[in-house]
Amino acid sequence: MAIGEGPNSANQARHAYVRDGITVGFFTDPTICIGCKACEVACKEWNDVPADDGVWEGSSYDNSGSLGASTWRHVKFLEQDGRLGVQVAGPMTGETEEPFRWTFTSDVCKHCEEAGCLEACPTGSIVRTETGGVFVQDDVCNGCGYCVVGCPFGVIDRRAGALPGAGGAFKCTFCYDRQRSGLTPACAKACPTESIQFGPLEELREQARRRLDELRVQGYDDVTLYDPTETSVRGIHAFFVVAGDPRALGLPLHPEAPTAFLAGAWTSALLASVGLMLAAVLAFALL
Amino acid sequence: MAEAHPVGFRWVMKAKERGATIIHVDPRFSRTSAMADLWVPIRAGGDLAFLGGLVRHVLENDLHFHDYVAAFTNASVVLKESFRDTEDLDGLFSGWDEERGAYDTSSWLYEGDELDRPRRDSTLRHPRCVCQVLKRHFARYTPEMVERVAGIPPDLFRRVADALASASGPERTAAICYAVGWTQHSKGVQIIRTAAILQLLLGNMGRPGGGILALRGHASIQGSTDIPTLYDILPGYLGMPLPGEDVGTFTARLGHRSGYWSGFRAFAVSLLKAYYGRRATPDNDFGFAWLPRITRNHSHFAFFAEMMDGGVDGLFVMGQNPAVGAQHARFERKALSRLKWLVVRDMVEIETATFWKDSPEVTRGELVPSETGTEVFLFPAAGHAEKEGAFTNTQRLLQWREKAVEPPGDARSEAWFVHQLALRLKAKAEASNDPRDEAVRALDWWYPETEGGEPDMEAVLAEINGWRTLEGGAPEPGDAAGGPSGHVYARDRDGGSHHGPQVEGFADLASDGSTACGCWIYSGVYGPDGVNRARGRDAQGPYGHGWGFAWPKDRRILYNRASARPDGRPWSERKALVWWDESEGRWTGHDVPDFPTDKRPDYVPPEGATGMDAHRGDAPFIMHEDGLGWLYVPTGLKDGPLPTHYEPLESPLRNPLYGRQTNPAVNWMRRPENPFADSPDPKFPHVLTTYRLTEHHTAGGMSRTLSHLAELQPSFFAEISPELARDVGVPNGGWITIVTKRGVVEARALVTRRIRPLRVDGRVVHQVAIPFHWGTTGPVKGDVANDLIPLSMEPNVGIHEGKALLCNVLAGRRPGGRDAVSWLDAYGRGEER
Repeated sequence: MAIGEGPNSANQARHAYVRDGITVGFFTDPTICIGCKACEVACKEWNDVPADDGVWEGSSYDNSGSLGASTWRHVKFLEQDGRLGVQVAGPMTGETEEPFRWTFTSDVCKHCEEAGCLEACPTGSIVRTETGGVFVQDDVCNGCGYCVVGCPFGVIDRRAGALPGAGGAFKCTFCYDRQRSGLTPACAKACPTESIQFGPLEELREQARRRLDELRVQGYDDVTLYDPTETSVRGIHAFFVVAGDPRALGLPLHPEAPTAFLAGAWTSALLASVGLMLAAVLAFALL
Repeated sequence: MAEAHPVGFRWVMKAKERGATIIHVDPRFSRTSAMADLWVPIRAGGDLAFLGGLVRHVLENDLHFHDYVAAFTNASVVLKESFRDTEDLDGLFSGWDEERGAYDTSSWLYEGDELDRPRRDSTLRHPRCVCQVLKRHFARYTPEMVERVAGIPPDLFRRVADALASASGPERTAAICYAVGWTQHSKGVQIIRTAAILQLLLGNMGRPGGGILALRGHASIQGSTDIPTLYDILPGYLGMPLPGEDVGTFTARLGHRSGYWSGFRAFAVSLLKAYYGRRATPDNDFGFAWLPRITRNHSHFAFFAEMMDGGVDGLFVMGQNPAVGAQHARFERKALSRLKWLVVRDMVEIETATFWKDSPEVTRGELVPSETGTEVFLFPAAGHAEKEGAFTNTQRLLQWREKAVEPPGDARSEAWFVHQLALRLKAKAEASNDPRDEAVRALDWWYPETEGGEPDMEAVLAEINGWRTLEGGAPEPGDAAGGPSGHVYARDRDGGSHHGPQVEGFADLASDGSTACGCWIYSGVYGPDGVNRARGRDAQGPYGHGWGFAWPKDRRILYNRASARPDGRPWSERKALVWWDESEGRWTGHDVPDFPTDKRPDYVPPEGATGMDAHRGDAPFIMHEDGLGWLYVPTGLKDGPLPTHYEPLESPLRNPLYGRQTNPAVNWMRRPENPFADSPDPKFPHVLTTYRLTEHHTAGGMSRTLSHLAELQPSFFAEISPELARDVGVPNGGWITIVTKRGVVEARALVTRRIRPLRVDGRVVHQVAIPFHWGTTGPVKGDVANDLIPLSMEPNVGIHEGKALLCNVLAGRRPGGRDAVSWLDAYGRGEER
């Protein structure tokens, strides 16, 4: 069962994950997400994240656009040609009209095992917490922006303005402050259908696998679990049920932490410099 | 429901997870549709034909829950010979008076005129019994007719019919949830009635998982009809006195001889005792003469029309923003300018307070600020987290709210404002000695205060629950107030003894002045044990007893006697709720029985019995004179005892079912400022419907002004299908102008397959859907959708028709400034485009 017992459900209850050093995660299940955006608002309210420009995007009901310095939860609204499980969408069944579906997926920082942002950070501002989260200490961040290009998911970004409070890089804190007090992150706490689950990572993975089996039995034939472990990010702490191609949600098939290319890049650079030196030597030798 | 009630929708998702089939019927594929198993697009205004089709399907195919229908509903009741159905009179019932524009409803009564002693034919074969009349009435609502009127193809209709029919009988139930998409029609009440007929036929009333759930428009709207802000009822649905009435004639008109309304006089006298305290005595008819009388229609639209004509001097607006949220907002804003004074209480400076300086009428030169005489007083109001009190929401659940934070600055609660106003008015009345002020002088304004002059809200709740009066012989509170004596808040604001012990519930109420009760249906919420049950937060069992208080008497499912067979055993173990315990000689179960606890299921009333004793032991619908569920409504409705499909006041087609195009009893509020398009009208070819978004709250005062909500839906837009967008020549995101006979607005086009063109009455009908949250103030602005809607009043409750009307869509932005008015007039005359 994905939808629990409200205040008594494991998702909502008090915990001691920080004290006990248990690695935690988010499991987001769009098949029960109703697109209410309570996660976006709860995140901004709790973390005092400023509002964005408020530009109407004309992109379904999505006016937040993407994750960024001031959007740490983002509900992606996808209107697609295609069925959602066995849903009958009025006349749009594929018989007379193309099938249709409308899905909502609440995206968030993946808190990667091998986090590109953390690896790229030259100031030590980005650290790993006791529960496995990736956390930006904004009083240490100098706003260099290396992390921005270091993230394979386009999550972290710099907020325009001057340090502190702006100017630096911002992203989901995993509500580390709430976690330390034994509370569920604000987004999961506010989710009315518990489409966002918070808990010990391995338990959530197990739950996600069961959910996937359930969904397949119910006729959702193109759902997969987005949880890449075979790439250099070596696993993510926020994973998703995805219907169809994850790239439609902005989730790359093979996310790579740029640091994975370091060895190759340095080797190429070394080879190149050796080659250039040889060429130079050779040029002088031949002259 | 996912759009406007996302938190409540959790339970729908939970039901879905447990295997329930979710069906969503809506002109738009909304967030609710996205979660449903089946989305059924419908032509706005075709609801009654669709539901009527389902009723016909159930009856024709013999799919109704036979034992339930025969025992618990009025299917078996024989009607008068003089009754004529719409089948006989081409869309009219007997009794129509064309001149008055109203029905004489006497021919709709049961044979013999006695509602409490109906003649029944248990075989359901009598040609004049309700079952047969119902069958004939709905015979023409065939699947083909449903398609013609509502645009729902027969295969889709069949899927809904099969799903509903399978969720019926001893082991299964289905619930119907609705919101204003059903009520805001010129036949709104009859649409809900059709749903009630369907649920009664399927045996889904009074049973777990069944029922009809009215999802209210916002917090405590249920509360504001229970303890009404409506002009025509008193607390507890008591009705309002007419000129010349006394308690006796008032009771004779509205009370019943049998059933629970036989207690009417006790409820009314106890209310008068709550209003006037010791001043209400048997000698002065308990102060009944001090109550205001209904002299004409004082509902919202009627008094705004009066206001427009200069007949209203002043207005209080609290928790409402008619300049944006009310229908024909253009009309309402202009009407506000005819007031002498206007008091607006809100958390922000809403358009109703600023209409005189920045409304579209000012831009268009229709209102000139320097010439607008309305004096506006804007008071800062406390938000819901900044004050204490109770909400009563869907499911009649009272939930107490604690104050979380102090309101900022001078902001105060509504209760504070009303209390302080009352104290000042009373002081003026005391000083005046004018006989006409006697009603104010007589008011028993006893409420103790907490800090800052706020009335103690639990003391108000104590009064709502009711108590025994000192003058009725109840013991004085003495020193034991709040103790075992049953006294709660029993001292007035001056510290004097005010009243006796609390009553346990409405069964204790008396008509001799020995009890006082502010709202009889809430009685029991704050009884002699001093426990404020609305405050309860310890939910136990599947029905949530212990969390809040569901009126009446914490019964979570109304008419739950129907959850047991006529002989008192549950219909099935799976659906057991309450049942008769023979050994204990009483009703028991998982819910509080909504039935006299010790009345045997085989009880037969003796001749001449009255009150609840006049009902049989298998009559669950205790508010009705006959104790039966009403498939056919013999009294109380103004537009027919059975629901009938009429077209909306503006429609793209002629009524395919009857010669009568529209609900005959509707009030069109015809006046020059409130014109209607023809049906059909080539200038206005498309169907327009309005709706709400999750991100915003009604007229937007509580959401548009908050940056974290405003940014989520920052602009007024209109949803149109790709097919209509192509016809109009507008790309997604482009500007469009939407025009009706009343107004013109501009919006961004959200082109989406979530709106489908429908095939209605042999041709394609496009629907245009617009949310109505924006206005001229706040960080995100937009045209006012309600400028497009006409004023009109449905015959029973005066609801307008906001969900189905006619419009046209043009590419590009609307004319601005003064040109807008002349352009609109010219367009309406057919001289523009």
